[in-house]
Amino acid sequence: MKRVAIVGVGYTSFRTTSQDVSYREMIFEAAQKCYEDAGGIHPQDIDAFVASSEDFMEGVSIADEYVPDQLGAVLKPVQSIAGDSMQGIASAMMHIQTGEMDVVAASAFSKASNVSNKNNMVSYACDPIFIRPFNENPYMIAGMEMNRYLYETGATREQCAKVVVKNKYNALHNPVAAYGAKIEFEDVLNSPPMCLPLSYLDTSGDVDGAIVLLLASEEKARQMSKKPVWIKGMGWATDTPNLDTREEGWGDAIYASLAGEKAYRMAGIKAPRKEIDFAEIDDTFSYKELQHLEALKICTRGEAGNLLEQGFFSNQGDFPVNVSGGNLGVGYLHEGNGLHKFMEVVLQLRGEAGKKQLDKARTGLAFSWRGIPTATGVAAVLGIED
Amino acid sequence: MRKVGVVGAGMTNFIRRAQETPKELSYQATRAALDSCDLNLEDIESVAHGSAPDAFDGIHQKGEYLADGCGGWNKPTMRVFVGGATGVHALAHGWYHIASGMFDTCLVVCEEKMSSAMPHAQAFFLTIFDNITERPLQPTLLWIFAMEMNRYMNTYGYTKEDMAKVAVKNKNQGIKHPSSQFNEEVTLEDVLNSEVMAYPVNRLDVSPVSDGAVAVVLAAEHVARRVTDKPVWVEGVGWNLDTAYWATRDLYYPRYLEKASKMAYDMAGITEPAKQIDIAEPYDPFDYKALHHMEGLQLSPPGKTVELLNDGHFDQDGNLPMCPSGGLLGVGNPIAAAGTMKVAELFWQLRGEAGERQVPGKPKYGVCQAWGDLMQVSSVAVLGI
Repeated sequence: MKRVAIVGVGYTSFRTTSQDVSYREMIFEAAQKCYEDAGGIHPQDIDAFVASSEDFMEGVSIADEYVPDQLGAVLKPVQSIAGDSMQGIASAMMHIQTGEMDVVAASAFSKASNVSNKNNMVSYACDPIFIRPFNENPYMIAGMEMNRYLYETGATREQCAKVVVKNKYNALHNPVAAYGAKIEFEDVLNSPPMCLPLSYLDTSGDVDGAIVLLLASEEKARQMSKKPVWIKGMGWATDTPNLDTREEGWGDAIYASLAGEKAYRMAGIKAPRKEIDFAEIDDTFSYKELQHLEALKICTRGEAGNLLEQGFFSNQGDFPVNVSGGNLGVGYLHEGNGLHKFMEVVLQLRGEAGKKQLDKARTGLAFSWRGIPTATGVAAVLGIED
Repeated sequence: MRKVGVVGAGMTNFIRRAQETPKELSYQATRAALDSCDLNLEDIESVAHGSAPDAFDGIHQKGEYLADGCGGWNKPTMRVFVGGATGVHALAHGWYHIASGMFDTCLVVCEEKMSSAMPHAQAFFLTIFDNITERPLQPTLLWIFAMEMNRYMNTYGYTKEDMAKVAVKNKNQGIKHPSSQFNEEVTLEDVLNSEVMAYPVNRLDVSPVSDGAVAVVLAAEHVARRVTDKPVWVEGVGWNLDTAYWATRDLYYPRYLEKASKMAYDMAGITEPAKQIDIAEPYDPFDYKALHHMEGLQLSPPGKTVELLNDGHFDQDGNLPMCPSGGLLGVGNPIAAAGTMKVAELFWQLRGEAGERQVPGKPKYGVCQAWGDLMQVSSVAVLGI
């Protein structure tokens, strides 16, 4: 299979509101920075573009219409993936692996501050016949799932709260993060309940922002970049979207196990904890980070909470997780989450992560989840070794 | 590059108001496609599905909701979305799943249930326009297509009768399709005398609103040859998107389609499409669009298309049969599914399994196309046997 590398990264800062710019202007900024980063490539020389978006979040019925102009992609092969932006990257990667294309851009953005009724929208993602009539608050689903996860694994409520403490602290070193803070785990426990055991600070807040990445075939990558970051493996999977028939998937993130297995197999990784140096993993809710770490075989089931308390996942630990601050510290980018995780791993591997740079960063893992009520996840293993 | 074959196809009936949920429609099409080639879900490694606006089905993140209906449970499942062009684009989406070497088999499923939108799905097209510059004018899709139709007819001196002939041809051809929404013949007078929607578009110039789903099964060469002795190969795919500022474009000619078809023809090694292509399934949500697209697909010289139509060139037994399925005008238009219906039609035609609709001779190459967004995007696929 052909090798694919990341040769350009561009992003805006992530802010809770952005009244001064439209989403198109945000994407333009990210695209310009990305093309500049890739040696000043002209968008005419890019073979194809893949955007990731969902109509309801954009308030446009066919959001795909508004992709090309600000990317410089007019009259080019452009498509949208209605999914997580890491699925968008997988799609861009496959474009190149066919051998028909050499350079492909992937973009995503969030303009969540434009959305006034996000909870209603999440309800609209639930089955219209079996679930929606309950008129449930979407956090109910996360609360139930958290409860089940704690029950099945023996992880504690406090351990979940400590994920928040770690990630918000990490975000203080990230100049573009919106939710950095120095807090104690009691603050999390004492924050208002969303749907017990889930509290307000266990959830990640929305941000606006745009990210554009440039992918290239091996030959092009070596010409375009001094520090190409290789996609070693990628996998994605979907468990059933039906809440009512999801049997084992409540306590256990099956989608993450399947996505991880596929990515590891492709990357030839047998012992993820040893062979991977660090990870950016979905932490939309505090417990999700622990659940995903276990599903991705970074540790065994029920072990993540204890390892966290031992400092195993902190910046100085053996396996740093969410050094950027994750969704809890940086903010929730909706369809853009995947690109954000991916981008943070790329920056670390290039040694360009600034104050948050890790000493040992040769192979990294990115994992993204599509949020409630879905059960879709995407995993990617990235590396700088040839 | 790895060769990718289509080995099975299946579809639901196209119908105005289906009783089935969107998930059930997807299931029916998927089941039919798998049955057609004696495969099971265990044989399927990935799912590439497509559906047009979430608003039609009234479900946010519709791809997630549809996933298990499409056979995507615990599998790599990814939804692609390029507006109305999704149906044929989903084939390209499935093609790169396999051509990349990532998977050996892939299910391509497209579904649309437009009847969930009450009272009429057209209302959701009000929200496709630019929310600052255009939406305050409250334009509808029919208005902008009326502009395009007018510009197209004006440029080449085509008449409303000329356009209506396409509607008559496709609607009457569609009666032969077992999944069609219609069973009554229409005449030229019926089309011309039907209600004016937005001049020059009359009601029968437009395809109907429909519910339905279509699925095809793709496989890498070594699997395809094992599954069937008549695989239909995906010879080339192409897609292209023009600017969102549609008002700045001249609408008489679809440049984006010319580029999309060039990409597909280059990949397929086709140098003279008008001579080499045996069957065309251009996207025909409006009658004029079929002709407009034949020109964009380089299958007919701009300005000469009506002449060819009048000469019977595009009939089922003509030199270049156009929309032998009956197209969207004749079978129905569940947006994304309608495009995949064209893929399925080529599959059946090239294998000689199209029944009453079968074109004569031994067709070798077929091209299908879908179109969408703000008169802005096209996807093209060349299939061959």
